[in-house]
Amino acid sequence: MTREENDYAPLKLHVPEPPVRPGDTPTFDKFEVPEAGSVRKPPIDTDFDDIRDLGFDIIRVLDDEGKAVGPWAEDISDEQLQAGLRAMMRTRAFDERMLKAQRQGKTSFYIQCTGEEAIATGHQLALRQGDMNFPTYRQQGLLLAQDMDLGRMMNQIYSNEKDELRGRQLPVLYSFKEEGFFTISGNLSTQYIQAVGWAMASAIKGDTKVASAWIGDGATAEGDFHTALVFASVYKPPVILNVVDNQWAISSFHGIAGAESSTFAERAHGYGLPSLRVDGNDWVAVYAASRWAIERARRGHGPTMIEWVTYRAGAHSTSDDPSKYRPKTEHEAWPLGDPIKRMKQHLIARGLWSEERHTQAEAQYADEMREAAIEAESNGTLHDGPGPSAAEMFEQVYKDVPPHLRRQRQKMGI
Amino acid sequence: MPTPLLMPALSPTMEEGTLAKWLVKEGDTVSSGDIVAEIETDKATMEVEAVDEGKIGKILVQEGTENVKVNQPIAVILEDGESADDIDMDALGGGEAPAKQEAESQSDDSDEDEGEDDNGSAETGDLPTRPDFTASADIEIPEGTKMIETVVRDALRDAMAEEMRRDEAVFVMGEEVAEYQGAYKVTRELLQEFGDRRVVDTPITEYGFAGLGVGAAFAGLKPIVEFMTWNFAMQAIDHIINSAAKTRYMSGGQMGCPIVFRGPNAAAARVAAQHSQDYSPWYASVPGLIVIAPYSAADAKGLLKAAIRDPNPVVFLEHELLYGDKGEVPDMEDFVLPIGKAKIVREGTDVTISSHSRGVMFALAAADMLAEEGISAEVIDLRTLRPLDHHTVVQSVKKTNRLVTVEEAWAPMGVGAEVAWRVVQEAFDYLDAPPARVTQEDAPLPYAANLEALSLPNADKVVAAVKKVMYLDK
Repeated sequence: MTREENDYAPLKLHVPEPPVRPGDTPTFDKFEVPEAGSVRKPPIDTDFDDIRDLGFDIIRVLDDEGKAVGPWAEDISDEQLQAGLRAMMRTRAFDERMLKAQRQGKTSFYIQCTGEEAIATGHQLALRQGDMNFPTYRQQGLLLAQDMDLGRMMNQIYSNEKDELRGRQLPVLYSFKEEGFFTISGNLSTQYIQAVGWAMASAIKGDTKVASAWIGDGATAEGDFHTALVFASVYKPPVILNVVDNQWAISSFHGIAGAESSTFAERAHGYGLPSLRVDGNDWVAVYAASRWAIERARRGHGPTMIEWVTYRAGAHSTSDDPSKYRPKTEHEAWPLGDPIKRMKQHLIARGLWSEERHTQAEAQYADEMREAAIEAESNGTLHDGPGPSAAEMFEQVYKDVPPHLRRQRQKMGI
Repeated sequence: MPTPLLMPALSPTMEEGTLAKWLVKEGDTVSSGDIVAEIETDKATMEVEAVDEGKIGKILVQEGTENVKVNQPIAVILEDGESADDIDMDALGGGEAPAKQEAESQSDDSDEDEGEDDNGSAETGDLPTRPDFTASADIEIPEGTKMIETVVRDALRDAMAEEMRRDEAVFVMGEEVAEYQGAYKVTRELLQEFGDRRVVDTPITEYGFAGLGVGAAFAGLKPIVEFMTWNFAMQAIDHIINSAAKTRYMSGGQMGCPIVFRGPNAAAARVAAQHSQDYSPWYASVPGLIVIAPYSAADAKGLLKAAIRDPNPVVFLEHELLYGDKGEVPDMEDFVLPIGKAKIVREGTDVTISSHSRGVMFALAAADMLAEEGISAEVIDLRTLRPLDHHTVVQSVKKTNRLVTVEEAWAPMGVGAEVAWRVVQEAFDYLDAPPARVTQEDAPLPYAANLEALSLPNADKVVAAVKKVMYLDK
């Protein structure tokens, strides 16, 4: 064939682009929202092949009127629902207080989870004591849902004298072993395979504890995500593989992580793993789906991936300005709404809540956070107070302090 | 003249403190840098180091004494030939709390007591050096213990099998470790004895099963993760360093990672650049890790057992070309060696050769060749690279005045560079020549047999380096 006979067009690279950018009118018209209550609830010992459709559909319980409908709405008590709303409201109040503290220079950095409160709080309330989360930095709801001591969290954020991590970790990269909250890994995604390892250990030991792994849509591109799925598929350990698709990895919309081509839940199918796709802004759906997957794991039926469909309503972190890459009002156009507003509507519809009580609760939680912050600040903040003990800088590098580290400490005169 | 050992200041503002504990007794020999006592203030506990070398002639302040003033003499150190009678208490300007025992009552045989190491060969450390880590104290091999000739591969296997019998939490995983009995047969018959719950074949992803093992260790198990070679563990290095080594620290001590990563390291035969790298300096530079690289079968067994018992993450660097080498391993119930202690494997007086792993073989062969020329070389096997027992090398150099380091890695930033720096730091005045190093040439390892041989260290190269530091090269 001669050069002239070549009728191929020059190749072009496809770079995914979000449908809108700053200045455009926000739209989610390509995002299909199934009707609440329309997705079936299979038995927990189901084979993945029988529920492939659940990796495309979206499990939703709360309808537009705030009514809980369908099979996933069953068997949830009033107390559980009220605990869910309370946990979400306190999580949001905590974020608001800590954002303020960052703006005041009391800490260098903070990460909020606004709009995603239902996911971690709902999941946590379905777990049991002794289970272990391997979270990312946006799952503070796991702690707030179990009424974690606020001062212990805030002392870490302020990196003050009482910081249990002794000034060694970035703000919000907490470690709370007793509370089932594993050390957050700053380099993303390593926790995913480690959670599978933790769950394998539970099975090797003959325990009944489960692990819950967390990852964002962006970090699913990391190798850890895929190796975790391989190992979960091979050994079937008791682990929940959560993917929080909040549409944005800093400025990269989820299409950059491959979401144009498939759902994240769908990827589990290639590994022979069952998956659910769930409305992450519907607390009742979050709680019901979590409870299903956790029970499945604890009964020895193996792992489940859950894709939580949500939207990151706030900035990625205090170092980020999202108005530079997405329309400012995009979160208002998000079709799954705000999780707290939807839960409030539901509880009012059930006669368990009122506008008045909601307003009171908002004020009460804001007060609670302010008081906790003042208390924590009395131990010091980033630039104020003595800070963590210098003498402890050389501790816990190893289980026992080796002589060469003692000598280094000695040379520093501390 | 007797030298007073003074109460040190831990900070610019400290005026007095408690003498919490003596780690030496009268009559003990100490050298500069040895820890002799622990002192406390309300803020911290610190160790007191001997500044000079000599013998503890008299302890002036008993342990447990509070409010000891800074710069008050707390003990007296005697040089060679001096006795406690030479101590002039008035001249020292202190000593209001005299020792209960007279120095004379101490016998002088303590040197002999501490001069033996685990295998019976002499250790330079005639000082009560404490092991840097907690795994075990030095062990004595009872007289009459049967020595069994064992290849390194089986010594490693036996170590794992014994520890798995001893502790249910120990399990091994990796590629080909179960059905195939290990790519190099190091896990031979473990599957048959312990079953597939504790001897686990994994999918082919070092990154994956390293992370998996780290997770299992976080859950309280004690995984032994076998890498088919450390070359394949490059992709696993993130889990080893960022997670295994750092999590205890970052979590404020909440989450420890008791795990052993093991497998063959460095050059094998004719497997080229991607299968022939020595990672000793890479891992040995990371705080939070323990790094062990044994040479002999006995050390392989005793140190792997110690590694499995250690609460910290351990990188255990084996050598494919040593797996078939035989050595005497004591037939003992519990043969566990101390981590962080070097060993003098051959005594000598003219030059010190420090090495680890297969480098020790070159060093020993070179020592034989040198002996024929009337040169007496002392060979030290570092055994553990982190923590590095440079004291043993320093002591040796003080005797021989010359140092050659041998390793299979590339030279820049290497183990030999670190050893030489520490020796220069602590024994500069004893050196009669700049230390010399034998390393791999600074290029990826070629495949061709002639090029491979040119690139790697060997006994001839060690001999040449020794002659250089002895100014015998032409």
